[in-house]
Amino acid sequence: MPEPIPRRRFLGYVVAAPVLVTAAQLDVAPLPAGAATADITDILDLNDLMTAAALPTSGLISVGVDPDGTVSFALPRAEVGQGVTTSTAMLIAEELSVPLQRVRVTLADARPELLFNQLTGGSNTTIATYTPIRVAAAVARQRLLQAAATELGGAPADLSLRAGVVTDRSGRGIPIGDLAEKAASTWTVPVAVELAPRASFTVIGRPTNRIDALDAVTGRKKFAMDLDVAGAKPAMVCRPPTINGKVGSVANAAEVRAMPGVTDVVVVSTGVAVRADTFGQCVDAVRALRVTWRPGTAEGKSDATVLRSLAAAEIPLGLRPPTPVVEGKFTFHFRSNGALEPNCAIADVRPGRAEIWSALKSPIVAKQAIAAKLGLPAGSVTVHVTEGGGSFGRKLFFDAALEAAEVSQKIGKPVKLMWHRADDSRQGRAHPMATSRVRIAYLGGTVLSYTQRHTSVATDLSHGLGEIITAMAARLPVGDIGFSETFFQLSQQMSYNFGVNSRLLSETDKSFNTGSMRNVYSPDVTCARELIVDQLAAAMGKDPYRFRRDFLRDDRSRAALESVATAGGWGRAMPAGTAQGIAFHAEYKAVSAALVEIDCRPATANRPVRDGVAGPRVTRVVFAVDVGLAVNPRGLEAQMMGGIMDGIALALTSSLHLRDGYFLEASWDNYFYTRQWNTPPDLRIIVLPSTSEQPGGAGELAVAASMAAVACAYGRATGTMPTTFPINHGTLSFTPKPTIPPIPPSPTDGLAHPWEP
Amino acid sequence: MPEHTFRVNGEQVTVDAPDDVRLLWVLRDLLGITGPKYGCGIAVCKACTSHLNGKGITPCSIPVKDLQPADEVTTIEGLAATAGQELHPMQQAWLDHDVAQCGYCQPGQIMAAVALVRRVAAEGRPLTDADLDTLRNVCRCGTYPRIRAAIRSGAANM
Repeated sequence: MPEPIPRRRFLGYVVAAPVLVTAAQLDVAPLPAGAATADITDILDLNDLMTAAALPTSGLISVGVDPDGTVSFALPRAEVGQGVTTSTAMLIAEELSVPLQRVRVTLADARPELLFNQLTGGSNTTIATYTPIRVAAAVARQRLLQAAATELGGAPADLSLRAGVVTDRSGRGIPIGDLAEKAASTWTVPVAVELAPRASFTVIGRPTNRIDALDAVTGRKKFAMDLDVAGAKPAMVCRPPTINGKVGSVANAAEVRAMPGVTDVVVVSTGVAVRADTFGQCVDAVRALRVTWRPGTAEGKSDATVLRSLAAAEIPLGLRPPTPVVEGKFTFHFRSNGALEPNCAIADVRPGRAEIWSALKSPIVAKQAIAAKLGLPAGSVTVHVTEGGGSFGRKLFFDAALEAAEVSQKIGKPVKLMWHRADDSRQGRAHPMATSRVRIAYLGGTVLSYTQRHTSVATDLSHGLGEIITAMAARLPVGDIGFSETFFQLSQQMSYNFGVNSRLLSETDKSFNTGSMRNVYSPDVTCARELIVDQLAAAMGKDPYRFRRDFLRDDRSRAALESVATAGGWGRAMPAGTAQGIAFHAEYKAVSAALVEIDCRPATANRPVRDGVAGPRVTRVVFAVDVGLAVNPRGLEAQMMGGIMDGIALALTSSLHLRDGYFLEASWDNYFYTRQWNTPPDLRIIVLPSTSEQPGGAGELAVAASMAAVACAYGRATGTMPTTFPINHGTLSFTPKPTIPPIPPSPTDGLAHPWEP
Repeated sequence: MPEHTFRVNGEQVTVDAPDDVRLLWVLRDLLGITGPKYGCGIAVCKACTSHLNGKGITPCSIPVKDLQPADEVTTIEGLAATAGQELHPMQQAWLDHDVAQCGYCQPGQIMAAVALVRRVAAEGRPLTDADLDTLRNVCRCGTYPRIRAAIRSGAANM
């Protein structure tokens, strides 16, 4: 698709303030008109939608210059590890010609006036904020040069701004901090600016380490549970044995309230909350509670019953065409999107006001929901966005913040509320179980049609993205469909010349706590597609790589695929039981390809690992990405690396098992996310030269192609196409923990055992 | 309440706490030392990994009563001082390789890495891929390859 000609001239503001504060003015971009087509993402994709939704309020986001020479910016997005504070600081450093370490990026409190411009998702942050942030910084630069011209005499054109100092031709300089007040305005002034041309970039595009790395490695980086909020003592909730069960009665609340360190015991909507001097005493109190529980929302359900519901909800693939076809059906089990930092929040609710601290990707919706729950006006609820210890979709929701607010209100004291890992895994949100059916019709060397029917347990999108879609619905070329289907249509591209395309989502069963996981529908949808593409290539007598290369729709996609095939030595001879797999995925204005080598030989798959799953080992990954303009190639590589580890886990090891209305997994040694013993010893990430003036999204991009390539490699190594994911789901590799009490005891043998790594 | 005396990051501390409160909560909730993180509470995820007298431990599984007055607990906050530098070589390696993503597991990862390298060195053999495979610390961001590369660099400078 041709890129629009970049427009470099923009309008911004100097905002009325005692020191220099600037913002961007960007017009609302018209969304393209058009009827619904099979390849709707050619004219509009999910990122266009999110970017358009954010634009009208981008002028409310401002860059400030402080008298100490610091440039400050409160980013209205969440930092959960994806590196947006670093890339944002780089944009400002570039336009304002200040050293990166002088740019201070913080996370903005919830700001309802930003409407749709404070939701972190869809890998959209850099796509949506790339221009507005640079415009605001460019206005600041221009204003500083004008103020310096007044001070030094002469014209702004005779001055240069470098490394935070404005210098004239005679060499006299003024640090920008000294100009912060002089460059300020008592009224808001519109200013036209031009952005730095790409050829002049010295910061954008340069591999840069994270700005918070030193804090991370010294233990100084503060997450929600590390904050010192006066009076906020640890709190935990005793949760039901089945999903969303409710408290019937509590037999021994007074007895538990008298336990050492315990200050409060109170029934809340999700269970029985306890507050104590330490989390350890919370654990003991939760375990001591004797509660009668009422049924939950998924009572009696299991993997097998959900599979039957999915089968009943499947939309037919349609009449089988008279031509040859390849087709298949794939099952993807429930997965946990839990991060290493469990659900947690601090809440201080007082009469008439509330203050909340939590890592939130949808803080505006959180603020509104918390206000409604507490019976307060939204303006009386302050929501601080803290640095997040991972998200993977989980932090789009605010379950712990809502619960902490309820607990704090009920007991009248501040709380630091955290979910136990067992709760996070069993009662936390899960990526829905799904099936995907694919049929490809072909004749001779031509592919005639591609049909995919994805059927999923309902995905909860009530975190704000659904609201964006609803608000923009009248401007969307998709007709009157629900927002899950809209999301599905706008996020799924067809990258191959496969004739007539039809892809549909159907959903069923809202009894689970769901949420999208990193890359949402794409890992499953792409994995199903790429496995069938391998079947199609075989049916046509073609090599899987050459087939893909021949059918990809554009040069950019082919370049990514060719890159991994060349660097990975596609087709090299390998021993029996080992094989290569190759796959392609495009999304977020980016293209990606993965070449994977896997070892499925028994000696490898059955190697002993204590309390873990070994299984086939991915021995090598070569991954190529063209993300458009890569703001920070080092950060981009990090995101690809994480996505690859997710793809390996989704294909081979990580899933939740549903039985009797609850998930069996209650520990990181039950839920088998990729561990060191599963990590590919040989990993190469190729950042392709940029083909665009605009950045694409990176946070979720790598998962789909990686999962698909691992699945394809597994199929080729074993001679059998896998149809159920992860491939080890049928083997329960741990002993499930009890559900009553809901959390395990804290071990006491830390000194008895010698150090076990 | 019983008093417990031990050393943390070079200083003698005394805390009032019931005997069975685990060291992780004594550090985090009573002493305000928040580098060691909670990730599971049952010595599985290793996010709280710290050192006791130079060896790796998971504080979530040690009742405070088990500590003696001469015991030296080192958390990530005190690691650099054990090398007498601004940063321990392993922390510097972590910066050089830009390892951290969200950073939540990283204090535990670094402390586990140092403990592993010390143990392997004490056994008088070189660090192998198989040694790195034995590390159990969960990194949900999946920065495992950079962790492996950083451990090799850090080990070379320890």
